[in-house]
Amino acid sequence: MITAWRSIGGVRWGWFIAFALVLLLWPLAYDTHTATVLLIWALFALSLGFMWGYAGILSFGHSAYFGLGAYVYAISAVNIGESTIPLILAILIPALVAAVIGAMMFYGRISDVYMGVMTLVVSLIMFKFMNATAGDQYAIGDARLGGFNGMPGFPTLNVPGAPHISLWGVPTYYVCAVSLLLCYLLCRWILARSFGRVLLGIRENETRCELLGYNAPAVKTAIFIISAAMAGLSGCYFANWAEIVTPSVFSLQTSSDVIIWTMVGGVGTLIGPILGAMALGMVKLLLGQQTLINNFLVFGAILIVVVLAMPSGVIPAFQKWWGNRSRRSRAPSNGGRARRRLTVKPAERP
Amino acid sequence: MDYAGVVFLEIIYMIAFLALTSAGLAVVFGMMRVINLAHGEFVMLGGYTTLTCYKAGINIYFAMLIVAPIVVGLIGLIVERLIIRFLYGRMIDTMLATWGLSLFLIGAVTMIFGSSAVNVPTPISGYELGSYQMGGYNLFIIFVAFAVMAGVWLVLRYTRVGLIARGAMQNAAVASSLGYNPKTVYMITFTAGAALAGLAGGVLAPLTGLLPTSGGAYIAKAFITIVTGGAAVIAGTLSSSVIFGVVSQVVSFASTPVIGEIAMLALAIVLLRLMPQGITGRFFRNST
Repeated sequence: MITAWRSIGGVRWGWFIAFALVLLLWPLAYDTHTATVLLIWALFALSLGFMWGYAGILSFGHSAYFGLGAYVYAISAVNIGESTIPLILAILIPALVAAVIGAMMFYGRISDVYMGVMTLVVSLIMFKFMNATAGDQYAIGDARLGGFNGMPGFPTLNVPGAPHISLWGVPTYYVCAVSLLLCYLLCRWILARSFGRVLLGIRENETRCELLGYNAPAVKTAIFIISAAMAGLSGCYFANWAEIVTPSVFSLQTSSDVIIWTMVGGVGTLIGPILGAMALGMVKLLLGQQTLINNFLVFGAILIVVVLAMPSGVIPAFQKWWGNRSRRSRAPSNGGRARRRLTVKPAERP
Repeated sequence: MDYAGVVFLEIIYMIAFLALTSAGLAVVFGMMRVINLAHGEFVMLGGYTTLTCYKAGINIYFAMLIVAPIVVGLIGLIVERLIIRFLYGRMIDTMLATWGLSLFLIGAVTMIFGSSAVNVPTPISGYELGSYQMGGYNLFIIFVAFAVMAGVWLVLRYTRVGLIARGAMQNAAVASSLGYNPKTVYMITFTAGAALAGLAGGVLAPLTGLLPTSGGAYIAKAFITIVTGGAAVIAGTLSSSVIFGVVSQVVSFASTPVIGEIAMLALAIVLLRLMPQGITGRFFRNST
């Protein structure tokens, strides 16, 4: 057991436990309903940040899998009447769709820009289609898709095996919190496996990795599937939180929001997207309460400034600053503590 | 027979619409390998410029054909100086920054003009084709699209400016050693692309109506048109406009406009899978 935990390399358990404690106590100090959606967005941003930061794959239409998770949950929950199987489907079906699209892109050896177009177009197709599904003929089982107005009135999460005990409020919050922490650990675990090492290798130099015998398209497709599955899960929680699913889950705004959160938090870290989504999600909710400043204006400006001035994001900049600070303060008596992390010794100055 | 005429005209109109809205993006992408995701918003700004001029009592043709390109071209110049020039060679960063710009412009226009839809009156009345009522203005758009494509081709092919532009894009180092500053060429190209977007927006404003978010309707279509077309500005844009125009209108007539649009997007995915370098990466290689 201990070795299993240790094999999740790179988790700073002190920070992790501190963060988990904050999540545990947060409902005492803050509106639970708002906190829940912030965690859902954090999970969504984690799904994109994992793929973007560690495999170098940027999806311009990640809302496709988020929205798919939401719709699959809503449709199957209406038909089944409880939430356990719909929850699983909301993870599996986005993963399946991602498998098809990912395989098509990565085995087709499509370059960055074209990948951007494809991912964007997939989300647009879903957006257009869902907007056009008003009317009785568009129904899956008992579930009417409802077009532009969306689907209200599906059963929300319940205790597995007990459909009459539904979760609401604080329990839902903790479901989202635990899911977020587990997904974080899952990402860390994947990165610590040899699969994760290959992933980083492909990000740095795909040709070299292939010459070493690794199957780059397969690895990239796999990471795309994992990311889409997490996005689907966050979409499913979002449907539960909002209690209605509308085509706006597929919208360009959803895609651009998650890119901005991830980018600002820091591409190439896992905590960056999480904190970025929570902080900027809060800003988004606050901006939504007033009409003086348009929130597109604010987020557009943020994205431009971050790309130009801080392309690595806030958290990496902070980590660098923190690392410099602690190294400086520890420098005189650095004898005792061996660092577990693999670091490259800086070259001697001439 | 009349119906066939209607379908034919609609197909031609769709091709013209795609060529017109993608021309600016194609110039910027083909020449500089920069994807400007705020292109749709430039088109939208052209529309709002036309609207403002029209309300101020300026002749509508003057507004859409002269004022809109100039105003949006100037905005493009400012954008290039403030944002784009720092990001040359960083394609994904450029896409992200221009996406931010597109959100910024949507926000700014919403704050200035409000978020409700506004209309510019159509200056040309309709005509009868057999038993069908047709929009006469569509013919004007077809004409403008043709003129724009011909104009861009002539400039690139036969003028000294076009020669310098093509040279700088093909090999910036050689061009600069011959005394032409590639940075200036990039700046002018981006401004020209923005001006073309402004022209498209001005001309289309009477047909489509205006919303701060209407840029989104253009960017996706323009994006897939130029990317599917590939690097050659004219041949690529024209060939993919024809393919997408025909497919989307034929499917639209056979089912619904939404299905037509979905068919076009799905076709884009298939074409990109088959030809990752675009149509002109495989055919018409030596074209402009």
